[in-house]
Amino acid sequence: MKQLLRSLFGSFRDLAPIIVVVLFFQLVVLQQPLPNLLQLLVGLVLVVSGLTFFINGLEIGLFPVGESLAHALARKGSLSWLLVFAFVLGFATTVAEPALIAVAEEAAEIAALDGSIEPGKAAEEAYAAGLRLTVALSVGFAIVLGVLRILKGWPMHWMIAAGYVLVVIITAFAPDEIIGIAYDSGGVTTSTITVPLVAALGVGLASSIRGRNPVTDGFGLIAFASLTPIIFVMIYGMVVH
Amino acid sequence: MPWSIVVQTLLETLRDITPIVVMIGLFQFLVIRRPMPNLRRVLLGFLYVAIGLSLFLLGLEEALFPLGRVMAKQLTDPAFIYGGVEHLAGVVHWPDYGWVYAFAFAIGFSTTIAEPALMAVAMKASQVSGGAIGVWGLRIAVALGVAVGIALGSFRIVTGLPLHYFIIGGYLLVVIQTLFAPRMIIPLAYDSGGVTTSTVTVPLVTALGLGLAETVPGRNVLIDGFGLIAFASLFPMMSVMAYAQLSEFRARRQDGSNDE
Repeated sequence: MKQLLRSLFGSFRDLAPIIVVVLFFQLVVLQQPLPNLLQLLVGLVLVVSGLTFFINGLEIGLFPVGESLAHALARKGSLSWLLVFAFVLGFATTVAEPALIAVAEEAAEIAALDGSIEPGKAAEEAYAAGLRLTVALSVGFAIVLGVLRILKGWPMHWMIAAGYVLVVIITAFAPDEIIGIAYDSGGVTTSTITVPLVAALGVGLASSIRGRNPVTDGFGLIAFASLTPIIFVMIYGMVVH
Repeated sequence: MPWSIVVQTLLETLRDITPIVVMIGLFQFLVIRRPMPNLRRVLLGFLYVAIGLSLFLLGLEEALFPLGRVMAKQLTDPAFIYGGVEHLAGVVHWPDYGWVYAFAFAIGFSTTIAEPALMAVAMKASQVSGGAIGVWGLRIAVALGVAVGIALGSFRIVTGLPLHYFIIGGYLLVVIQTLFAPRMIIPLAYDSGGVTTSTVTVPLVTALGLGLAETVPGRNVLIDGFGLIAFASLFPMMSVMAYAQLSEFRARRQDGSNDE
């Protein structure tokens, strides 16, 4: 009970800044009354209790699963299964991501408006589906690359620097309309459920391989997953437009 | 609040979780072929995550997001910005948008503090570093990065400067910082660029971007409305590396004064 109260309080503290910002701008800057005060309070209660459940669920569910899978796969010693797992993890969690579906639909509308694809529902849907597959493939590829990095101990910063050089070069050649979408798609790929699992996987792997430090080697998977979609989507844009 | 929305949110969260559960189950039983330790506890954990995320999203969607969207619209409304003073149509004077930048900064900071994905990464980082990387230190560093990024991003929309100048300039800075930052923080700093832009920040920030692009004369919603997310993923890398450099610098100075 005490534990629960403490984590409820923690969630409330996490949300306090949003409440302060909203109140300040609404009452002081815009000088408007608060609409639907009751609805707002109900919403806050929902948010606070939701956050409490989520954090507790992380600790007893997602974190242990990610780590025990990483340990088990590392003990099994099969590199190919580990890489298959990494790819499927990236691909499966991204292809159904709602934020990505929204961005892909938006991008298809833009492409149809400026005439780079044929107008019509079918062409738009094909374009959006292609975009989603491209991003999902790129995230699968990113997790594979990140897992290989952990295994081999390659230095993170060289790989990321090379990735960004590639981004800059491709930006110069990619059609203007796709650039904003490509850059944004890097950010939307990693959902709230994927992130904890991927972090646990990386840290679990790094701690079960001798000579790897969980802090220096365990992180970085998410960084790859935010970088490769930019490259892949711009290439997709160059091919389609 | 209608029950259909509650059910719909819960179903959406379950749809997000299902591929992960199926995949983990397949690997556990086909590849590893050993029962999962503490299976019941783990399943309970997944249930908590599903319920928690649904309630969280429901609360945001019902209470905070509508208000945030209305505020973003009001703050970018020409009537508010020019305060009733006549202004020349088509001429944009960027300092007039002061409250917009302040709002962008404040909303970027506060939503990042409440971002569940960032909490997860900060918890893990603090745990494996034995507390050397503090949960709050990391979260505040990332939140400051997002705040600066979104404020600068709104400035870009108001002025209409090209997006890629900022992004390329930003990445150059990141590369330079990487050369000097402590080794330990680098992967974590790069990761924090990706985790900031999930559930909480994206909807509010997108509303702000679209609102701005709609009301600032001479801006195109399609070209200028997006790209704020890119800023929000770029700046945390810098701020987290800066945080590590700062704490290393302070530790070194403390060591130095202890030696004397």
